[in-house]
Amino acid sequence: MSTWTTGKRPITIAILAMGGEGGGVLADWIVAVGEEAGYYAQSTSVAGVAQRTGATVYYVELYPGEEPGPGSVRHEPVMSLFPTPGEVDIVIASELMEAGRAIQRGFATPDRTTLIASTNRVYSMDEKLALGDGRIDSNALLEAAHRAARKLIAADFMQLALEAGSVISASLFGALAGSGQLPFAREAFEDAIRASGKGVDASLRAFAAGFNAAQQPAPRPTPAPVATPGVGGGPVPVTISRRRPVDPAEEAAEAVERRRQELAVSDPASLVGPRLQPHASRITAEFPVPARSMLLHGAVRTAVYQGPAYTDRYLDRVARVAVHEREGSDARLTTEAARHVALWMCYQDTIQVAQQKIRRRRLDGVRAEAKAAPGQLMNVREYLHPQVEEIADTLPTRLGRWVAGSAWFGKLVGRLTRNGIVVNTTGAIGYTLLWAMAMFRPLRPRSLRFGREQEAIEAWLEKVTAVAPADYDLACEILECQRVLKGYGETHHHGQESFGLLMAAVDGLVGRPDAGATLASLRAAALADEDGSALRSDLARVAGPVLVEAG
Amino acid sequence: MAERSFAHEVQKLRMEGGSTFSGEGILAVTKALLQSGVAYVGGYQGAPISHLMDVLGDAHEILEGLGVYFENSASEATAAAMLAASVNYPLRGAITFKSTVGTNVASDALANLASGGVRGGALIIVGEDYGEGSSIMQERSHAFAMKSQMWLLDPRPNIEAIVRSVEAGFELSEASNTPVMLQLRLRSCHLHGSFTAKDNVRPPMTVKDAVENPSRQLDRIVLPPASFLHEKEKIRDRWPAAVEYITSRGLNEVLGAGTADVGIIVQGGVYNTLNRAMELLGCSDVFGNTQVPVYVMNVTYPVVDAEILDFCAGKRAVLLVEEGQPDYIEQNLNAILRRAGSPVALHGKDLLPTGGEYTAAALTKGVHAFLSKYRPDVVEGQPTLLLPESDPRSPFATRVDAAAVRTRPPGLCTGCPERPIFSALKLAEKETGKKHHVSADIGCHLFAINEPFNLGATTMGYGLGSAGAAALSSKDADRRTIAVMGDGGFWHNGLTSGVGNAVFNKSDQLLLVVDNAYSAATGGQDVLSSKADNVLRSTRHPIEKAVRGIGVTWAKTVSDTYQIGRLRDLFVKALTTKEPGPKVIIAQSECMLNKQRRDKPARNKALKEGKRVVKERFGVDADTCTGDHACIRVSGCPSLSIKPNPDPMRTDPVATVLDSCVGCGVCGANAHAASLCPSFYRSDLVFNPSWRDKLLARVRKGWIGLLSSGVERRAARYEIAEVA
Repeated sequence: MSTWTTGKRPITIAILAMGGEGGGVLADWIVAVGEEAGYYAQSTSVAGVAQRTGATVYYVELYPGEEPGPGSVRHEPVMSLFPTPGEVDIVIASELMEAGRAIQRGFATPDRTTLIASTNRVYSMDEKLALGDGRIDSNALLEAAHRAARKLIAADFMQLALEAGSVISASLFGALAGSGQLPFAREAFEDAIRASGKGVDASLRAFAAGFNAAQQPAPRPTPAPVATPGVGGGPVPVTISRRRPVDPAEEAAEAVERRRQELAVSDPASLVGPRLQPHASRITAEFPVPARSMLLHGAVRTAVYQGPAYTDRYLDRVARVAVHEREGSDARLTTEAARHVALWMCYQDTIQVAQQKIRRRRLDGVRAEAKAAPGQLMNVREYLHPQVEEIADTLPTRLGRWVAGSAWFGKLVGRLTRNGIVVNTTGAIGYTLLWAMAMFRPLRPRSLRFGREQEAIEAWLEKVTAVAPADYDLACEILECQRVLKGYGETHHHGQESFGLLMAAVDGLVGRPDAGATLASLRAAALADEDGSALRSDLARVAGPVLVEAG
Repeated sequence: MAERSFAHEVQKLRMEGGSTFSGEGILAVTKALLQSGVAYVGGYQGAPISHLMDVLGDAHEILEGLGVYFENSASEATAAAMLAASVNYPLRGAITFKSTVGTNVASDALANLASGGVRGGALIIVGEDYGEGSSIMQERSHAFAMKSQMWLLDPRPNIEAIVRSVEAGFELSEASNTPVMLQLRLRSCHLHGSFTAKDNVRPPMTVKDAVENPSRQLDRIVLPPASFLHEKEKIRDRWPAAVEYITSRGLNEVLGAGTADVGIIVQGGVYNTLNRAMELLGCSDVFGNTQVPVYVMNVTYPVVDAEILDFCAGKRAVLLVEEGQPDYIEQNLNAILRRAGSPVALHGKDLLPTGGEYTAAALTKGVHAFLSKYRPDVVEGQPTLLLPESDPRSPFATRVDAAAVRTRPPGLCTGCPERPIFSALKLAEKETGKKHHVSADIGCHLFAINEPFNLGATTMGYGLGSAGAAALSSKDADRRTIAVMGDGGFWHNGLTSGVGNAVFNKSDQLLLVVDNAYSAATGGQDVLSSKADNVLRSTRHPIEKAVRGIGVTWAKTVSDTYQIGRLRDLFVKALTTKEPGPKVIIAQSECMLNKQRRDKPARNKALKEGKRVVKERFGVDADTCTGDHACIRVSGCPSLSIKPNPDPMRTDPVATVLDSCVGCGVCGANAHAASLCPSFYRSDLVFNPSWRDKLLARVRKGWIGLLSSGVERRAARYEIAEVA
């Protein structure tokens, strides 16, 4: 008897997609191509709430339209309703983590499966929720895809579909045709799209793009990166690197950054404007080479934020830390100081936000994102919610104190902004309002918050310089703790609280051999949730309840 | 308007005898009903048979043409009670719902129906929502068939076999005066296949004929002494009649008789998977030519004793493949074999998983264990799934870090109007400073139990959200319990089981009714309070009117759930008001899936006609966003995601709005209501601008250009344009 084991078996195809992505349409197209070619085709899917954005599996079997032997039990082939682990010929995954799921469930196996995977990421909820960086390393998933496929076809099929003005099911269908794994001609696939009758032209464009992409070798994961010091991963242990070469935007940004690095060495003056030339010279003269690019970033940032004098102050601060730089460390301490001192000094107050909102570059970016045609009219409306505290913070110290303490002013602002205000940045009044707010810049150094922030920066750097001679790593980690100071309003308050707890913990850690690593893990805990429970429990575990009290 | 329209496909239902009908399972079932001369049809939507209801709705013209009455029942109980029409009249009736949940609801009526028995064929098509992709508790419909003594058909997943089962079901029902359940498994409903059609049959008696010629038989009514008589009839008359019909019509199949001294007994619905397992093991082929005898139970209740004994005669061992638990059939077979003194060894759940879906992998392992024990000679195949996970050839060998594959449970869609409701509820809790017990219900709103909302402690069944909070109502507590209910559940039974109960018992709870104008989770079917004009049904009955009618005094309707601030304030009010009795908030906004289905084509049409169209979407300023993702934690919208930080100085990813954004406004409303951050903006892209637009734009451009040139000039002193 000729059976499965002797090769008499249907072609099996599993599609892993998320609800609403068109996995069902893709399955229908495959069935149509098969039936048109005289194959028996059976597709199954799981309907219902699973389709509301959840991970969903569609399954198709195709069997040549041969007649059963005489006396056969059935006159048509008996097909399965489930993909069987180890027995799936073609797996189509609409996203990289779904490809990982296909591998985990045993659908994609190296002895059999042609794996067609889109390399784009649709982040899962817990990747998105993290206060810091909760993303899974795409490299690990891409490596797994190479490991688990007899043949891997991988490309950003989502991007190809978008470029064609279509949806991912069309580009994946093209890749399936292009894979050559089904015994049907390209035209047969295209006919199935035509027969479906909806958005045919766009679908065919995406199909063609997918077909061509299937002829290219699948991207290789970038080699495991040298632990990039100071580039903190999120709380997720598998986030071993932030290099995600499969994201085209990130890839482009990295190329620019590499070019900058070169320029920072060969021609640093070219990276700053005319008024910062003396600062560029100082950076070249005083600071280690690997930190220069970051310092030039910081110099520009602080100057635009406040002025060249502020940049002087910035460089002075970094210089204080840089004296403790260690040979052969890639200037981690200086680089991190350059990064985090600048970020802290350019804290997000209302003046800064207003300035960011009215920059030409920003408005051009908004147009690009909305896919506005050149010259097309567009309005941009900001959703702002100024709070009394933020207003008081921006005002000169005395006035600010009075405002913060004034009951009627608080009530007035509260009433005006209880439900937020919407400002049309593209309108004359809205723009002028934001512009005027940005014009407060010269008054900033006299503001309540400015004084507070500078004091805190000094205290923090004090700690860094005190620790640095004895424990270089700990000093670097202290610098990185600036990362928890993020957000606005309540989130920012929480960040400040976490920062306070971390700084208090430093005192208890000094002298311990694992001080740096411990602080890094505490920082990860601080970014793990919003109510600080992870940090508190970790603090209690690491050093006893004393530290919590200190916070 | 249902999510999926079958208006085109239903034309196939007109197909005449002899032609080949090719299509989906649910469509084939509908055709089979019409071929069987069904007189009336009803049901309640729910996966996996939602689309069966949609097909019937879209086919109303064809049904009317044949004199077939069709109703969208208010609940499964309503549908089951509808079968009362087959008690006194020779009318064939069919109803459908999701099982076991629907069967739970229907079981009162079903038990009464089964007691008196039926004259016309009564078919209950249950969509068995069991296994992967199921959204309900894992139970079997089998128990209902046994307890009320209704026959249970479980056809193999093949369109032709399913169609035949529908026809046989009516006949079996009439031959034995017993209602028949036809079980369609999750994956069978959307099976694609073909069969040879027959002509549609106009029912010999229509409901009109029955209405005009009322008749009654006292002994069919469930009241003593008739009820005692019914039990006797069930045993004495109906069971033997059913067995006779099943045997004479050969509804169950024996395949590969005489090929081996062992055998396998399988439920029809699992047959295909069993054959796949046997193919993998090398003892059957794609056309089902098995080397081991197989008894296919297309009727799983009643079990035909004689057929079992026949099949087992002369065999050393038999494996029973029975999906789900408890092992009702296995117990039954053991009793049959024991009573008959059969020496055959019966295996079942000792070699197969006790619970859970019988996938190809599960069956392959079980059948392999059975055959290796008794007939290792027929096992020729060694599929890799049998290898231990530690073997690198195993499909389950670790090839991907388990931590790198996160769960992706279903959630609220982009732009879903229910999202802002739960954002507002979270914010209200923050404002009152109190966490509340939240009793959840069935529907899309149940997704609120997951991240990022984490609201909801229990779900007790459709429409039972309010009832589920009944006990947690204390006069001495410093806070109220919150109950959630959808419009679907509200009309299904929630109005009486929940609201009426809360009024009567003077409950202090806050009931939130999520009114998105459809039974959305099941595919967007209309309900009583739907806003749409429905030619077939009476809609536009406001929920607030209903709750006030039943005695609620504190009831508020919010007609735009996207106004998070307002909704939050209303929640706070409802949670703090001194007024006694249940507080009901009805939060209304149309299901976005349905809305987009209507709006998108309309917008495209307007664009083509040159009309002024504004396309809105939201965005996040990467410069202003600090990457704390607080916005995601109050929203969870699929279109609100993260992206690598474009700022080379910062490392944490920033929030971003994807192109799939429909501009619902939740981001902005959340940024306001939760005082999040100033990063959110809305861009309004104007197509076909009016002359006023153009004039205004020119004025603005001039003024803004003037102001911005100063800003840019200053920045240019410090910045360079771009790295070349």
